Amino acid sequence: MKAKNITFRTEALTKDYVTGATVAHALRGVTLEIPRGDMVVLLGPSGSGKSTFLNIIGGLDSPTSGEVYFNEDRLSDYTEKQLTLFRRHNVGFVFQAYNLVPSLTAFENVALVTDISLDPMPPAEALTAVGLGGRARHFPSQLSGGEQQRVAIARAIAKRPEVMLCDEPTGALDSETGIVVLKALQKVNKKFGTTTIIITHNAAIAAMADRVIHFGDGRVVDVTVNDHPASPEEISW
Amino acid sequence: MTLIIDAMNRKLMRDLWNIKGQMLAIVMVMACGIATFIMSFGVIDSLKLSRDIYYDRYQFADVFAQLKRAPRAIRQQVMDIPGVSAVEMRVVFGVTIQVEGMTEPASGKLISLPDGRKPLLNNLYLRSGRMLRPDEDGAILSSEAFANAHGFALGDRVSMIINGHKRALKIVGIVLSPEYVYSLGPGAIFPDDKRFGIFWMSQRVLEAAVDMDGAFNDISVRMDRGANVEDIKQDLDIILKPYGGLIAYARNEQMSNWFVQNEMNQLRVMGLFAPMIFLGVAAFLINVVMTRQVATQREQIGMLKAVGYSNRELALHYLKMVLLVVVLGSILGVGAGIWLGAGMTNMYTQFFHFPILKFSFSPEVMIFAVLFCTLSAIAGTLIAIRQAAKLPPAEAMRPETPTHFHRTFLERTGLEQFFSHLSRIVIRHVERRPFRTLFSTLGVGLSMSILVFAFFMEDSIDFLLKVQFDMAQREDINLSFVTPRAITALEEIRLMPGVMKVEPVRSVAAFLKSGHYAKRSSITGLRPAPDLHRILTKKLRAAPIPAQGLALSSKLAEILHVKKGDMLTVEVLEERRPVLHIRVAEIVEEFIGLSAFMDMDQLNRHLNEGTVITGAAVMVDPLWNGPLYQKIKNIPAIIGMTILEKSRQIFRDVMGENLMKMVTMNIIFASLISFGVIYNTARIALSERGRELATLRVLGLTKGEVAYILFGEMTVIILLAIPVGLFIGYMMVLGMARSLDTELFRIPVVIETSTYGMSVIIVVVSSILSFYLVWRQVDNIDLVSAQKGVE
Repeated sequence: MKAKNITFRTEALTKDYVTGATVAHALRGVTLEIPRGDMVVLLGPSGSGKSTFLNIIGGLDSPTSGEVYFNEDRLSDYTEKQLTLFRRHNVGFVFQAYNLVPSLTAFENVALVTDISLDPMPPAEALTAVGLGGRARHFPSQLSGGEQQRVAIARAIAKRPEVMLCDEPTGALDSETGIVVLKALQKVNKKFGTTTIIITHNAAIAAMADRVIHFGDGRVVDVTVNDHPASPEEISW
Repeated sequence: MTLIIDAMNRKLMRDLWNIKGQMLAIVMVMACGIATFIMSFGVIDSLKLSRDIYYDRYQFADVFAQLKRAPRAIRQQVMDIPGVSAVEMRVVFGVTIQVEGMTEPASGKLISLPDGRKPLLNNLYLRSGRMLRPDEDGAILSSEAFANAHGFALGDRVSMIINGHKRALKIVGIVLSPEYVYSLGPGAIFPDDKRFGIFWMSQRVLEAAVDMDGAFNDISVRMDRGANVEDIKQDLDIILKPYGGLIAYARNEQMSNWFVQNEMNQLRVMGLFAPMIFLGVAAFLINVVMTRQVATQREQIGMLKAVGYSNRELALHYLKMVLLVVVLGSILGVGAGIWLGAGMTNMYTQFFHFPILKFSFSPEVMIFAVLFCTLSAIAGTLIAIRQAAKLPPAEAMRPETPTHFHRTFLERTGLEQFFSHLSRIVIRHVERRPFRTLFSTLGVGLSMSILVFAFFMEDSIDFLLKVQFDMAQREDINLSFVTPRAITALEEIRLMPGVMKVEPVRSVAAFLKSGHYAKRSSITGLRPAPDLHRILTKKLRAAPIPAQGLALSSKLAEILHVKKGDMLTVEVLEERRPVLHIRVAEIVEEFIGLSAFMDMDQLNRHLNEGTVITGAAVMVDPLWNGPLYQKIKNIPAIIGMTILEKSRQIFRDVMGENLMKMVTMNIIFASLISFGVIYNTARIALSERGRELATLRVLGLTKGEVAYILFGEMTVIILLAIPVGLFIGYMMVLGMARSLDTELFRIPVVIETSTYGMSVIIVVVSSILSFYLVWRQVDNIDLVSAQKGVE
């Protein structure tokens, strides 16, 4: 089956937000395929629907109409419990605001997730993979922004997810730190073959992607395939 | 400007609406505080007002004394005592009453009323009918309580045995007396209006009936303002001594007045204590909610300051929010207070017979309650508001820095390995806010202690009844004679229908002294090893009557400051009035009254009167109750008969009903407090950590696991609160027992395990309810919100 190489497939995905009498069309029919192992960058102005798209394929939100397939499983049929398990075992999330648990150390933040995973890597290994082996016993408030984001990445990769979904992972970071974080993401993508989808406002980041999907007004405007992705250092911020 | 203020007010209303659940919980706790305050002090006010007006208008006397018999001619001697302004001499005589349809006899007191004039002291309030005409024979005035209990109307006749003669007397008036606001029959532990009545009769008629012509056996004295009551008592005792005078006593020892006063003292303690708990908890909750409110509105505050709002205006804004809550709580609390106060006053009319007892409270009480509440609320808010005012605008507009956590005792002690990561989150949160944890724990603990306190009352009364009726007074009926009789009277009783066992009782009034401590009491002589009327050791085991010396109740020993082995001076207040020196041989336990016990033969030897008895403890075959009571009713020599089962029953009925109300009220109060505390703490935790919890959900934790973090914290608080609450409850019980530790009765500190259990269960149930309400919010956590940078 050709589906073997497709992680996510969506068909005519729409999402409407109804507030009172007004309806906001966040997605107006998105049909896409995301191949396994690709590093994908979603570009587009705010309100173009990329976050909504990420939320829906990550099992955080449900579409108004259309279908989402994850490895040919219809995600839109999942119950809430199944969605929880889907997120638990298959998806690694990285947020713009890191979202670490402030009352847990770096190590414990990672362990929190590996505790409930099927085949996780040891938390220490995940932290070492993002270059934070020495900061394991620090609490979030004792770490810099870039370090916190790398803990978040370690937390996401430790469960060996099939996909990594990153919403503006460098949005709150300066360029130097941003590069370190992007390197970490790329390393994971290459080393483990994790399908990685990154939302960004920063078009320059697109240079490191295998595939760039441009969103505009709730639709996919353009998909470009990059045969020679750049390394993060080469990106001019 | 008005527009902006309007906008600010609109913000205020909307902000309040957003936290309406939490605010409502606070309003309820506050309302309880105000309600208990208004109720307690309102009832105190009402009792005091009724009492003072009553005492004043009806000339309640200041000093009282009973004696055997004295000629009325000594009146002048009493009037000559410095400070005495009025004297009234009366004949007071015990009677047995026979009421149709009631098998057991009732007892009563017949009191003389001067012919042709109003009494100078202890005047009567006429509820219906008329007063007596001079020398009116065959007519009496009846106490309202007795008439009501039997449904007697004016013109009905009451049969009573007066000095051995049976007479049917017509009720011409129904009255109340300031002397008998609260009345206890002989040997009773609780008012029983059916079996004890007070009656008034023409002085000349009564004197003739009981052979007291020109004599009296009861005296009341009014003293001038500022006169020394102790001096008057002493002088009176000296005058009355030759006439068989018992020791004179003042108002504060007068039974009826003592009970009224004692009740007011208790109410005062409750009226201060309960509101303090409620308003303290409310202040804490307000502090938590407002601190959170200010924290979530940090940026708004920064913006408002940036556009030119002053610190004062902002402080006022948040204060207004709290004041609105105070207003709501006050309205609700005043309403509930009036309702509860009216109910409680109504309950008091069962025991206290005032001409008028209506619930009323002075505006000061209300103003004070509301003020008290406002102050506690403001105190709770002030810290939060100061935080808001302190923030420089630029800083306020920046998001809060991540909460700082550091290594806690978990790491230091190496215990962390035993806890899951979720548990570590819980423990670190509990530890990070020690004060909030402490106060939440205290709040929940207090609600539990209120319950322990309420249920304890039941335990204690059950225990008291068990000790009194199953262990000490095991007889079925208790008889007392008009005058001491030879021991052969016992044989007559033994031969009465249904009597299974009889034990003699020899009781004598005495004044016990040790150094400068003295107490009027009585000495009860019993057989060496009584089986019915027994004495109990401190450990509540039946003890034999000591062969030599006195067995003193622990309270009496405490009053006299004596211990086992000490010598006591005993002034017998009867007949030849010998003064004896007797050793304290034993200290015994007793919850009701102040008794001293002695071997009967030894007592009689001391009195040098031969073997006489004043009463008997009798065990009866219940099948024969009717015939026996019928027989006793017609024996003039028997003046008093207490049916113990009836005492127990009436005590249990009346106390049971009132306790039920009190327990219900306390359950409501406690549930409101624990619900308020848990709900608010959980809501705040949810609000503070909403994003963290949403993140965890996104990371694949189930709702249950997320709820575990939230409720884990609450559960820790509840678990901590259990020992705290039970301990505070125990201390409250001790305090209560101490404050009720009076000469008339003591409250045994007995707390059943089930009391602790029920208290914990009720608090846990109300916590589960608040868990449920918060769980519904967990259910609705917006996963997408986790993505947002800041809330």
